Amino acid sequence: MRTILSTALTELCKQPDFVFLTGDLGFMALEPVREAAGARFINAGVAEQNMVTVAAGLARGGLRPWVYSIAPFLYARPFEQIRNDVCLHGLPVALVGNGGGYAYGVMGATHHALEDYGALTGLPHLTAYVPAFAEDVGAAVARIAAGNGPAYLRLGRDEKPKGFTLPPYAPWRRVLAGGGPTMLIVGPLAGGIIEALLAAPEASRPSVWVVTELPLANSAEALPAAFLEDLRRSGHLFVIEEHVAQGGVGQMLAYALCKRALAPARFTHRFAQGYPSARYGSQKFHRKESGLDPASILAALQGSAA
Amino acid sequence: MSESVKEIVRKAGLRLLRMHYESRVGHIGGNLSCLDLLVTLHHRVLAPDDRFVLSKGHAAGALYATLWTRGLLTDTDLGTFHQDDTKLAGHPPVDGIPGLLFATGSLGHGLGLATGLALAKRLRREPGRVFCLMSDGEWNEGSCWEALTFAAHQRLGGLTILVDLNGLQGFGTTSEVANLDSLADKLRGFHIDVQEIDGHDAAAIERALGAAAGASELPTAIIARTVKGHGVSFMEHRMEWHYLPLNAEQYEAAVAELSQR
Repeated sequence: MRTILSTALTELCKQPDFVFLTGDLGFMALEPVREAAGARFINAGVAEQNMVTVAAGLARGGLRPWVYSIAPFLYARPFEQIRNDVCLHGLPVALVGNGGGYAYGVMGATHHALEDYGALTGLPHLTAYVPAFAEDVGAAVARIAAGNGPAYLRLGRDEKPKGFTLPPYAPWRRVLAGGGPTMLIVGPLAGGIIEALLAAPEASRPSVWVVTELPLANSAEALPAAFLEDLRRSGHLFVIEEHVAQGGVGQMLAYALCKRALAPARFTHRFAQGYPSARYGSQKFHRKESGLDPASILAALQGSAA
Repeated sequence: MSESVKEIVRKAGLRLLRMHYESRVGHIGGNLSCLDLLVTLHHRVLAPDDRFVLSKGHAAGALYATLWTRGLLTDTDLGTFHQDDTKLAGHPPVDGIPGLLFATGSLGHGLGLATGLALAKRLRREPGRVFCLMSDGEWNEGSCWEALTFAAHQRLGGLTILVDLNGLQGFGTTSEVANLDSLADKLRGFHIDVQEIDGHDAAAIERALGAAAGASELPTAIIARTVKGHGVSFMEHRMEWHYLPLNAEQYEAAVAELSQR
């Protein structure tokens, strides 16, 4: 997704108010942005608190800053700067965090982003974008650029099955039709799960939805009618996200549905459980430990059908 | 000839005392220490294209009183200070105050914000300077040093840092808590221009701020030696006036002293 981001930002450089700040990261990915942006490409050094505050100052001074780092260094280290300097003022600062969820794998826990959108969507004015597929990144960048408030973009690795055709970008999309449970997936792990479900008979496999913009609105009216219809029919909501349960999409959606007396009879939630074995490995390893890998999801579906 | 800075400072100081007395709020000491700086800046230095960031947000009262002396806030506005349904919160609010661009109060944010404004001016080729008023205790925050490193590296000559060096912080003197003496020497280590002045000498403040105008391609820091609680003898250099409100007797004594200056 970083390469697509680089292309989208290189295009955005043509805007006179564009400015880019990196926390000393982006080697082998952001060189085209540096080339295109010239003086408006700023390496702010390994100083994320200041980078975010400076971005707020730049935005107040009439520019549109894009701020880049590894996700946890961008939302956790400078959280107060995001809260006070950017979000309280509703400033159009775009925070781009690379490595959503366990994407940095065996690099270790300090590099993982497991509570990013839960923490950030509690802040005023902020919209979090969680592309599920590489082709969502361009749309997310365009929507951030067209918006006028704080944004967080959580990047990962594209895992879309080869040859799979996506419907056009929308904050909510049904990406796979099915007559089984109503499944809502957040982020790139959707790809592997879709791949595993493609071979299953349509009548029994889940209808798979992907949501890419947060927070979910708190009123059921803002949830798509087709999603609510799927849920009414199946009576089983299955939410999957590479994020802790606290503050995650499972909780957001349960709240929105409860508030409107639309709670389904069954609710399954698969989420990041941290480091249950205290062992480290690839993103796949950590997903498996949390039951987020396609095989575990298929097993859960078979269990729920039995 | 317009009103002297000294006269305006006296007027602002008396109004500030009344605000704090009527609202029964503390933080008066660190407001009085930077009043000469704020008044001189706002009456003698700031041009329409210039920007100001109050990093020591706990001096909001001094800023409000200063803006009142310029006719930018009304007496009615000041009467609501620290009350329910006011726009004049104890620390600067997000909007609604003329010339105030940022809500501050958590220390260590203002210098980065001012740095961003100065960088925006340079990138957009806009005229004007950016001033940031900081406390001395605030330099305990690592983010100040991050911001200074960045501003010096980016050679932001349009940025002027004012430090209200009153020597007292939240729970001790600056030298007892986390000694940075001499702050001036430490800032010089960043190869920026550093001046040390008497922060209660209006002429010296005006000279320093004027001299900083475009004189250098680097940021300027002005270390203003000040007295916490300046102008009220029983408050000067005393920790309790970082926190305590005034009772009626203290208020009258303070007014009497400040009126004499």
